[in-house]
Amino acid sequence: MKRVRWTLWLPLALFCAFCVLVSVQLFRPAGSEVQSAMIGKPLPQFDLRPASTERPGLKTADLRDGQPKLLNIFASWCVPCAAEAPQLAELERQGANIVAVAVRDRPEDVAAFLARYGNPYSRIGADDLSEVQFAIGSSGVPETFVVDGKGVIRYQHIGDIRADSIPLLLEKLQEAGQ
Amino acid sequence: MKRLLVLLLALCAMPIAAQDTLPPAPYAYRQLDDPAQEAQAKALMETLRCLTCQGQSIADSDAPMAGDMRHQVRTRIAAGEAPEHIRAWLIERYGDYVSYKPHIGASTWPLFALPVVLLLVIAAILRRRFRGRS
Repeated sequence: MKRVRWTLWLPLALFCAFCVLVSVQLFRPAGSEVQSAMIGKPLPQFDLRPASTERPGLKTADLRDGQPKLLNIFASWCVPCAAEAPQLAELERQGANIVAVAVRDRPEDVAAFLARYGNPYSRIGADDLSEVQFAIGSSGVPETFVVDGKGVIRYQHIGDIRADSIPLLLEKLQEAGQ
Repeated sequence: MKRLLVLLLALCAMPIAAQDTLPPAPYAYRQLDDPAQEAQAKALMETLRCLTCQGQSIADSDAPMAGDMRHQVRTRIAAGEAPEHIRAWLIERYGDYVSYKPHIGASTWPLFALPVVLLLVIAAILRRRFRGRS
């Protein structure tokens, strides 16, 4: 008789556990960022034309010259990309070599963007069909990858770089150089 | 009158440029000439997640990035690549999240096994009950 009473409460207990699970998950929704699965893998082959007249274009071999680099994915039409410009300038001032891929952009727009927000880049390739973006698993702009001297992707920063992310990026860049 | 004017002005509000000005990729909105290949591409595009608007497939989304991905899918299929090969290529870059097609793997098999287990448990319980009665 006692055993029956215990099992009678079981469905209610299961139901309550389910409700708790649902409400907990409701209060902490999943993040909307999609991490690249390419971290630790070599960059794919690409060869991009210059995105503006001021800097040369970008190809895979440029990222295999032995020196670790930051690879910034940006676009002149992207508002957070303008917001991270001071942080990129600071990274460059502290010795980072930053190369860039401009996604779906026109040369005159890129030139105007650089004139307005500064140009921390040593090279800028134009990715008109988002092909390089897909190939490295980037899902939006801006994103910043740390690439070591052999062209292997070591770290991905999603979204605009805030001031408090600068030390971490410099650290990852230094790690990539070892 | 003043209120109406304000309302009319509100209609003229323009969002700050948040999207690019480049024209869409050639095959973003253009079907492949071969209907069989287009059907293959369509079926694949409906099961690939748009990374900009993550609730939609790239077939449903008007985001420029989804357009570029449709272009990528169509040109690859036109070049003779198998749809599942393209899906694998994308999963290699973005993880399982980019594909809507369910697959049985190390972390997902309980989802498929649990209903079968539950059905077996129910069958066992019902059998015992009906046996007990007769």
